Amino acid sequence: MTAPRDKLGRPVVVVTGMGIMTSLGAGKADNWTKLVAGESGIRTITRFPIDGLKTTMAGTVDFVSVDPFSSTGLSERMAELVTQEALEQAGIGAKADFPGPLFLAVAPVEVEWPQRRELGRAVGAQDFTYDDLLRISGGGKYTAYHHRFMFGSVAAHLAETFGTKGSPISLSTACASGATSIQLGVEAIRRGETDAALCVATDGTVNPEALVRFSLLSALSTQNDPPQAASRPFSKNRDGFVMAEGAGALVLESYEAATARGAKILGVIAGCGELTDSFHRTRSSPDGKPIIGCMNKTLADAGMTPDQIDHINAHGTATPENDKMEYNTTSAVFGDLVSKIPVTSNKSMVGHTISAAGAVEAIFSLLTLEHQRIPPTINYETPDPTILFDVVGNKARDAKVTAVMSNSFGFGGQNASLILTREPA
Amino acid sequence: MTDTAAKPGQTEVWITGIGLATSLGEGLDANWAALQEKRINVDEKGFAPYIVHPLMPVSFDSQIPKKGDQRQMEAWQRIGVYAAGLALDSAGIKGNKDILSKIDMVVAAGGGERDLNVDTGVLTAEAKGANAPGFLNERLMSDLRPTLFLAQLSNLLAGNIAIVNGLGGTSRTFMGEEVAGADAARIALSRIASGESDIALVGGSHNGERKDLMVLYEFGDFNLKDKFAPVWARKDHPGFALGSAGAFLVLESKAHAQARGAKPYAKLSSVVTDLARRKQSGDMEATLEKLWDKLPRREGKGAIISGASGAEPATSEERGFLKKHADFPVRSTGTMFGHTMETQFPLGLALAALAISRGALFPPNDSTGTEIEMQGAPTQIVVVGAGHWRGEGMALVEAVS
Repeated sequence: MTAPRDKLGRPVVVVTGMGIMTSLGAGKADNWTKLVAGESGIRTITRFPIDGLKTTMAGTVDFVSVDPFSSTGLSERMAELVTQEALEQAGIGAKADFPGPLFLAVAPVEVEWPQRRELGRAVGAQDFTYDDLLRISGGGKYTAYHHRFMFGSVAAHLAETFGTKGSPISLSTACASGATSIQLGVEAIRRGETDAALCVATDGTVNPEALVRFSLLSALSTQNDPPQAASRPFSKNRDGFVMAEGAGALVLESYEAATARGAKILGVIAGCGELTDSFHRTRSSPDGKPIIGCMNKTLADAGMTPDQIDHINAHGTATPENDKMEYNTTSAVFGDLVSKIPVTSNKSMVGHTISAAGAVEAIFSLLTLEHQRIPPTINYETPDPTILFDVVGNKARDAKVTAVMSNSFGFGGQNASLILTREPA
Repeated sequence: MTDTAAKPGQTEVWITGIGLATSLGEGLDANWAALQEKRINVDEKGFAPYIVHPLMPVSFDSQIPKKGDQRQMEAWQRIGVYAAGLALDSAGIKGNKDILSKIDMVVAAGGGERDLNVDTGVLTAEAKGANAPGFLNERLMSDLRPTLFLAQLSNLLAGNIAIVNGLGGTSRTFMGEEVAGADAARIALSRIASGESDIALVGGSHNGERKDLMVLYEFGDFNLKDKFAPVWARKDHPGFALGSAGAFLVLESKAHAQARGAKPYAKLSSVVTDLARRKQSGDMEATLEKLWDKLPRREGKGAIISGASGAEPATSEERGFLKKHADFPVRSTGTMFGHTMETQFPLGLALAALAISRGALFPPNDSTGTEIEMQGAPTQIVVVGAGHWRGEGMALVEAVS
């Protein structure tokens, strides 16, 4: 563990702090315990009425209070809490003085129904038009809603709270957003622009309209009862993903800077890759070439070959198409190794944390490296016979894990992969 | 502060393509001609008392040939895909599979338009007493078009550009209002300058003709009402008039451009951004001053293209900054194009590159004396983009020597 630079001559990027929150709970310790025990965070939704919905369960984070409630407010609060956890572990900088930029993966922001309804009631008539809503929106009564529903508001709040440097970037690459936030941090450190970066991803958008939107695209599982059994990655009877909330934060540093200050190194971001699929808005190119290219780019970025990967933390959404496509593309990249590398999907337990998923699963991958134990894919009762992964089904497995590939694929042709290792190569 | 300035040993980055679809027209000639004629396209009636700069109608078929693709998008995406196509045309790489399969994309985006009929329908039914627990769920399940979501998702502007033009490099969407446009340019520039990327498509698009956006900005009393005035003349009647526009640039390393014989409009030398706290008067002005100091110092005639919106106090703070640099004649894109939010900074970069390539700044259009005539050709133009609420960005666009 001596080389401060990687095979391509770039600064090695290490992780020195992590914070996480999912429907399983707050913090690394609680999440890890429940994850390896095979617990599910998916439950019947109680936050709002579920009458008339096809999908009535989700991985909500109900133990964090936000007042007044909004999905963006919850995203912000979760991001704040996981960042605190990550900074405490990293012990970097001073209070409210983080020595680097912020890259935040956050769900697109818009005015939400509680606020829209408040406006509707304020019109004070039974019949009105959108112009009437517009007419009463000004005058200072709703100034706080302007601030709340700016796309940049969550990042601005975090930047001010934690004293990150420069303009914080809010980004969305759909379900790959969390991975993209890490990739942006890695690139900034490799370019030598900064010694440290704060990469945060958060998603608190389990609300009626978001659920309906995914439902109308037939993307969600409707196996509502029992909710814990709804998310079935790689199973024959999988029928969609389960929406979930969560957040993850990672403190990235150059190896050189981290060792100079004596920080404990939790893992290495050895490689990042990204490749756009221009085939369709929601479906992958049938030949899988963009995903194959994405994984190959990531291996090349890490200077590694497929035989050096000994675990895959799959995107594994449990939609019929994703899991099949992920298997086919992984097979193309890994060849015969595909049936020998243990694969798991954290989404079987925490659901799909959408914008946060890439970071949440990168953190679970790093914890897997730390504990040398692979969390299970639960609800794996009826394996899909066409998916010949070595799925870590139902029970956690002890294994020698030195390098993990974590995949994220999203609407809009977004594909991103990360390779995480325990120590610099 | 985060900055991207060309460092020794880093490659020069050229602007080799520009695509514009705005309230003044489509393409570089139409926009340039309107600027020369000081022509402004505002609609004071359609959204009265609010004022907008509506998109000059374009034939979307020419850049989005498949009607099926057009149907999958809302206006903000169609405008953006159209402008992105023009930028690729302008760079001479439309249909060039080798280049398009590796081009990197950084897009600045907000979100898509809502279905106002659905929103109003739910609210009026509730006002009339519909209060069953599942009422909202049922209406949304039955009334929302299934594909509307895809027309609203921020990253689906980039997704649609990729689908229509067959792009296959990286694709990143930045959000966060005005400064997202500056950060998109900053990251694309730094990736090319450091050799991580050879060529990138950068920009954004905005549909200003949207009442749902007006509600959001009305919450903060930011909308310009009743009467149009140039941005600098709005001090006692502040606000911004939303504008519709798509603005995209092709950024390319000098070596990559030269290898394919591409000509530059200008070079993008530096992009710097920051987040002023804006707790006290003067915070934002001080941040703009810091950003100015981070830009490389050059000899030669300079100008400033400002994206000031007309909203207060941001516009007054920016005017204070501009006064200290009065040797740089100023032009306001807000006056001419309206406030196009995430697109304002890429629009400023596009006009800066265009002005440098045409050897003249466009004429002033202002009654307050903030904008003055400029004689001769500018060799450096500073693009200033300060958000109406948060975020500050600045760039230096220079003539290729």
